Amino acid sequence: MMGAMSTRERVLWYLGALAIVLYALFPVAWIISLSFKSQGDLTDRNFLPRNPSWGNYETIFSGSARDLFLPALRNSLGICLIATFVSVVLAMFAAYAIARLDFPGKRLILSTALVVAIFPAISIVTPLFNLWRGIGLYDTWPGLIIPYLSLTLPISIWTLAAFFREIPWEMEQAAQVDGATSWQAFRKVIVPLAAPGVFTTAIISFFIAWNDFIYGISLTSTEASRPVPAALAFFTGASQFEEPTGAITAAAVVVTIPVVVLVLLFQRRIVAGLTNGAVKG
Amino acid sequence: MAAITMNHIVKRYGDGFPAVNDVSLDIADGEFMILVGPSGCGKSTLLRMIVGLEDITSGDMLIGGQRVNEKSPRERNLSMVFQNYALYPHLSVFENIAFPLRLAGTSDAEVKKRVQDAADVLELREHLERKPANLSGGQRQRVAMGRAIVRQADAFLFDEPLSNLDAKLRGQMRTEIARLQRRLGVTTVYVTHDQTEAMTLGDRVAVLRKGVLQQVASPRELYEQPVNLFVAGFIGSPPMNFLPATVQGAALRTPFGDLHLDDRRAKAVAGHDLVIVGLRPGHFEDASLVEEDKRRHGSVFRAMVDVTEWLGDQQYAYIPFEAPAEITAQLRDLSRELDSDQMRTQAIVEIDAMSRLREGREAEFWVDTRKAHVFDPKTGTNLTRDAEAGARMTEEVAQERAEQLTETREGRVTAG
Repeated sequence: MMGAMSTRERVLWYLGALAIVLYALFPVAWIISLSFKSQGDLTDRNFLPRNPSWGNYETIFSGSARDLFLPALRNSLGICLIATFVSVVLAMFAAYAIARLDFPGKRLILSTALVVAIFPAISIVTPLFNLWRGIGLYDTWPGLIIPYLSLTLPISIWTLAAFFREIPWEMEQAAQVDGATSWQAFRKVIVPLAAPGVFTTAIISFFIAWNDFIYGISLTSTEASRPVPAALAFFTGASQFEEPTGAITAAAVVVTIPVVVLVLLFQRRIVAGLTNGAVKG
Repeated sequence: MAAITMNHIVKRYGDGFPAVNDVSLDIADGEFMILVGPSGCGKSTLLRMIVGLEDITSGDMLIGGQRVNEKSPRERNLSMVFQNYALYPHLSVFENIAFPLRLAGTSDAEVKKRVQDAADVLELREHLERKPANLSGGQRQRVAMGRAIVRQADAFLFDEPLSNLDAKLRGQMRTEIARLQRRLGVTTVYVTHDQTEAMTLGDRVAVLRKGVLQQVASPRELYEQPVNLFVAGFIGSPPMNFLPATVQGAALRTPFGDLHLDDRRAKAVAGHDLVIVGLRPGHFEDASLVEEDKRRHGSVFRAMVDVTEWLGDQQYAYIPFEAPAEITAQLRDLSRELDSDQMRTQAIVEIDAMSRLREGREAEFWVDTRKAHVFDPKTGTNLTRDAEAGARMTEEVAQERAEQLTETREGRVTAG
């Protein structure tokens, strides 16, 4: 496709892409820059820090914000990984059934999933708050994992069902003729083939859970389960008249790192065209 | 190795449409059986019922004497080559072929030996470490066959395995499959819509039409003693010519003059008025090139040549003719069913390549009436079929095959 473009077109495309990348990455760069500034330099109207220092990072890892940030980081990682894992496993089975079987209520499940996905979280936070307090889930890990599943499952089911539909039926049939049980056919043939889809879904799920703020702030009260986005709101400055901007930016940079690492790690697995050569196209 | 027996097999889909209707078929141990028919005739459905990928609505399926209707594919111990090969793209060629063995829990050393044996047979040795995506169509096809032969399956099932290959490769693989089957002596069921494959590969061929079994016989019997219009039109290329005719005693009045029938056939057509005569293109000849003593076995007629096609070793001439409306409609339905939508009523005749017939001129043709078949236009039944002669042909093939099979198996015993 690139070959068909004239030089002029290509230059314009690159310029457009560059503009978008700058627009998207500028806030990130700004936050990184802020995180290296000292409290006094924050408003010095200079993009690059004059005296770059690790001070803000020291604050959140070993200084005053430590007791707030480190437990929150652990909570966030734990809760999001568990929620992602559970959601991907459940979605895998659900999506397989949806893609392969004809059962009554199939459309109902898919449309319900869609409805759940577009339902505003804010409207169920208050009832959940009351319910969780009643049954003892308030301020616990499961208390956050369950609502996160409601966010991640619908999108996971939709994405995975689309992936499973792409895999030709003959793959399983061949496996069955070769002597596999349905479960073996699923595990040895379908899951490896769907791996790119599973990883994509896992990343999307993880981001959704990782970025959540509403449930995080409403359903937790202590460091027992408070995730990072909520914890940031509880940072305090040196005095009550001081905004803890430096610490917040440093924490923001730190929580971005797992996301970047995840994408870089799984990028290799998300190889399009893995099913090439399975069947004659 | 096992015989496959089907008793009154029916496959009815949810809307009540019978894709396979009351098919009874005996496939002998070690036999190469072809299921053939135009698209939508139910041949693939029947194959998938044998392997267990399709439920059987009613009837019994027996493999090696055991009823398998309720058994899952993995319990039937059959191996299948799919039309699109269905290779596992995430596994290497070696692991693709080894897949059935791995599932059976075979030891690593045994897997290695068996896969390499299969790879040697199929000349895949140097490709064992590659992924299916990097192979050519013919190589993928061979991998799929490797996966089928690597374990001791009771039967091989092929679902149009060559339809995705180009013509040249198809010819090579066809010979390859024939050689492999003769060598292994395993019962084989092979689905195809290609009649060349059907004629060259099969010990016997089962012709299906709209889910109903028409005739099961050796390729030779199908060609020379077809049971009805459908089989006669389906087998043979170019197809058999169907001419309308009226019965006048022992003679048939056709657009190409009168054809005289011998006593047996004259008796068979007695009582009918309007019939269809079937004549293969090869039964015709340019009259000027027919020797005198051969001439009396047939009739000579004059007709207008529409088009000629010269192919080097043979030559075809197209002769248009007029037919009564009811016959025309019948023939048009038939040709549509045979996937060939022939619009005009014309005869295709094969004449000697030396013949100097000119397009657009009248010419004199000779037709061999000894091999003519006469069909009832209403039911399509072949009125003049010689069942005994047909059975003899099929019997001969069966005997040859049995001898060959014994040799193969004895050979294997002494070799092993």
